[in-house]
Amino acid sequence: MAVDARTATRRDTAQAGAPRRRRRIQWVGYLYILPALAVLTVFLLVPLGQCVQISLYHWDGLSPATWAGVANYVDLARDPVLRSGFGHTLVLVVGFAVLPILFALTLVAVMGRAVKLRGLSVYRVVLFLPQVIASVVVATSWVAIYAPDGVLNGFLALIGLKMVTRPWLGDFGTALPAVGLIGTWVEIGLCLVLFLAGVAQIPRELYEAARLDGAGIVREFFAVTLPGLRGQIAVALTLTVIAAFKTFDLVYVTTHGGPGTSTVVPAYLIYDRAFNLSQVGSACAVGVVLTAVILVITLVINRVSGGGE
Amino acid sequence: MSADRKRSVRGIALGGTDRRLRVVAVAAAAAGLFAVAACAPGTGATGTKRAAPSGPVSTDPAKAGKVTLTEWDQNTSDSGMNDATEALNKAFEKKYPNVTIKRVSRSFQDLKTTLKLALSSNDPPDVVQANQGYPDMGAFVKAGLLTPVNRYSDVYGWGKAYPAELLNLNRFSADGKTWRTGDLYGISQTGEIVGVYYNKAVLKKLGVAPPVTYADFAAALPKVKAKGTLPVAFGNSDKSPAIQLFGVTNANTAGKQTVRDLVFDEHGKSWTNAGSEKAATTIQSWAKKGYLSPGFNGMTMDSAQTQFTGGKTAFMLNGTWAQADVQQKLGAGNVGFVALAPSAGATPVTQGGEGLAWSITSKSKHPDVAAAYLNFITNPAAMTEIARTGALPALPPASYQPPKGTVAADILAYWRKVSTGDGLVPYLDYTTPTFYDTLTTGLQELLAGHLTPAAFGKQLQTDYDTFRKNR
Repeated sequence: MAVDARTATRRDTAQAGAPRRRRRIQWVGYLYILPALAVLTVFLLVPLGQCVQISLYHWDGLSPATWAGVANYVDLARDPVLRSGFGHTLVLVVGFAVLPILFALTLVAVMGRAVKLRGLSVYRVVLFLPQVIASVVVATSWVAIYAPDGVLNGFLALIGLKMVTRPWLGDFGTALPAVGLIGTWVEIGLCLVLFLAGVAQIPRELYEAARLDGAGIVREFFAVTLPGLRGQIAVALTLTVIAAFKTFDLVYVTTHGGPGTSTVVPAYLIYDRAFNLSQVGSACAVGVVLTAVILVITLVINRVSGGGE
Repeated sequence: MSADRKRSVRGIALGGTDRRLRVVAVAAAAAGLFAVAACAPGTGATGTKRAAPSGPVSTDPAKAGKVTLTEWDQNTSDSGMNDATEALNKAFEKKYPNVTIKRVSRSFQDLKTTLKLALSSNDPPDVVQANQGYPDMGAFVKAGLLTPVNRYSDVYGWGKAYPAELLNLNRFSADGKTWRTGDLYGISQTGEIVGVYYNKAVLKKLGVAPPVTYADFAAALPKVKAKGTLPVAFGNSDKSPAIQLFGVTNANTAGKQTVRDLVFDEHGKSWTNAGSEKAATTIQSWAKKGYLSPGFNGMTMDSAQTQFTGGKTAFMLNGTWAQADVQQKLGAGNVGFVALAPSAGATPVTQGGEGLAWSITSKSKHPDVAAAYLNFITNPAAMTEIARTGALPALPPASYQPPKGTVAADILAYWRKVSTGDGLVPYLDYTTPTFYDTLTTGLQELLAGHLTPAAFGKQLQTDYDTFRKNR
């Protein structure tokens, strides 16, 4: 029933908006975005253009560059480390996007039953805190937690699970999931705050109607809360997936891409090639590919979630 | 309310009404930017090489008029060197009141990443610390950003003061492609070697004698382990410490000549040689037998060093740069240091070298003053000052002797033996620009048992071959 109501509204708006599309372009509108566009051009578009340009050269960052054409891109296509890097990112997406959204939705479902939660703003602040803390601080704290003699292993030993203790960030099997779980911890607050705001916007009557019809907590969640949060979920998914793909600082501080190459991600390769290996052209090529991939994924998320209709 | 929510969703979406228009606009903007920046990167100001200055060298900065000398160094992390640099700069300014020194100090990693940009700017610092090897000094030389200091070396006699082995590390051919030959591009203040620190009290309690040779060390490990003590403090999550572990072992199993040939690409040696494979096999078995800190791949070297200074292990393999911290925490008299010898009575062989080279930029307006400064911070008085603050001077003055029985005395004695007795082998990551990555990644896999010693050698050799082919 809730779903029906929403679809109806959606269609109405779409129809009402349709004639507007054929209106003439109002050029004066562009005058208003000019300041923003100027800033965007200087700080984003020009560097992006330079990055694309450099990616077409072999360049050590200092001496005159030599034209490479698409050679850097061809090398990337053949590069097993880069390919594994994108593979690792997919694992990180689970940690950065899927888990926090699932957790946050569960928490929202439970919290929704509480008629009036005392000190909600306090919870919000606490849960949002990981987003505010500098990522290097976050990473350093987690290094201490995951260390061989760290908090996590200490806790496991205490409850009689000594056999599962290990150097979480130094073990080929657990390093990548361990980094992903740091992402879960960081992003869960963002998702929860978004969803709580979204729930507040869902008309109370829908919940009342659902309850009158005898819906339990599960039914109520799937019939009212989840459809009502569709927009917020799309936003959360977009932000967290981008965060997963952009991850550099967490990897740099916790593992340096190790052990071996088991936590290498594209953003780390960009840094490594540009600053350590003096392969600035190749670094830029990775950057361009990463940007394109993020752009495509963002578009797909918006398309699927119905945001871009 | 629903419409509001919808709009907020739309806000983040790329899109709707005029997406096509926007794509066109972005494409046009990008095309325009291309047109603006249509010359190859790296040409422009940095591409033009300056002729090296010639003519007589003025060795008296007092005659240079009012000069501001900007220097960039990385002497922040080592508190001893930080104090020494401050003191030497002050002394130079006091001696030549017409010269003001502007010090910019950054950590090693920060210096590495910012120096390239600073050097290619139009107003670079006068004096910089350049890291030896192809990725840094080689690239700077190739781009013509550093000035050769040969003529200053002649005037000030650096060629005589420094052992050739140390001086050669700061040489490059003018095209930046061949290291250790050609012009001199800087001089270094400090020396460094990698060796074994041992806890005297722990060894005494276990009844194990401090090692002198590599064989002693290898034999001591199972003895220490059998008595229930962890033999070696080792943390490798930041990847570089394994280079020291493998390097010190390899120097003894492969021999110094092979190591030098490998790193400097001479006599067609291969990384798959038997000695290097033996080193790889050895350290892998040490890891397997539990001679190294458990979970080392997930532990920082700092934590490992804390294990050692906390008396939990008998040994730690580290460079002389760890001296200040170790002697402060354990007490100078309670720690020993040894550079392992391949056999009893032989000169110890270990990897090491010298601190970053102090170099003069080619755009400096006062190269003669800069050279006088270089000489001032490396002369015997400066070396004494460096030793006094707890760092290891490259050329320790003969008169300088730390108290007997301290770790400082051990380190100085071994540095003298190794640097003057032809016992120094280069750091392995100098081999190619990508070797640090290849080596450290391979070592983490080797030590975790994910890579056989033979496959490890092949990986190193592949990196080596690729570099040779593209050079």
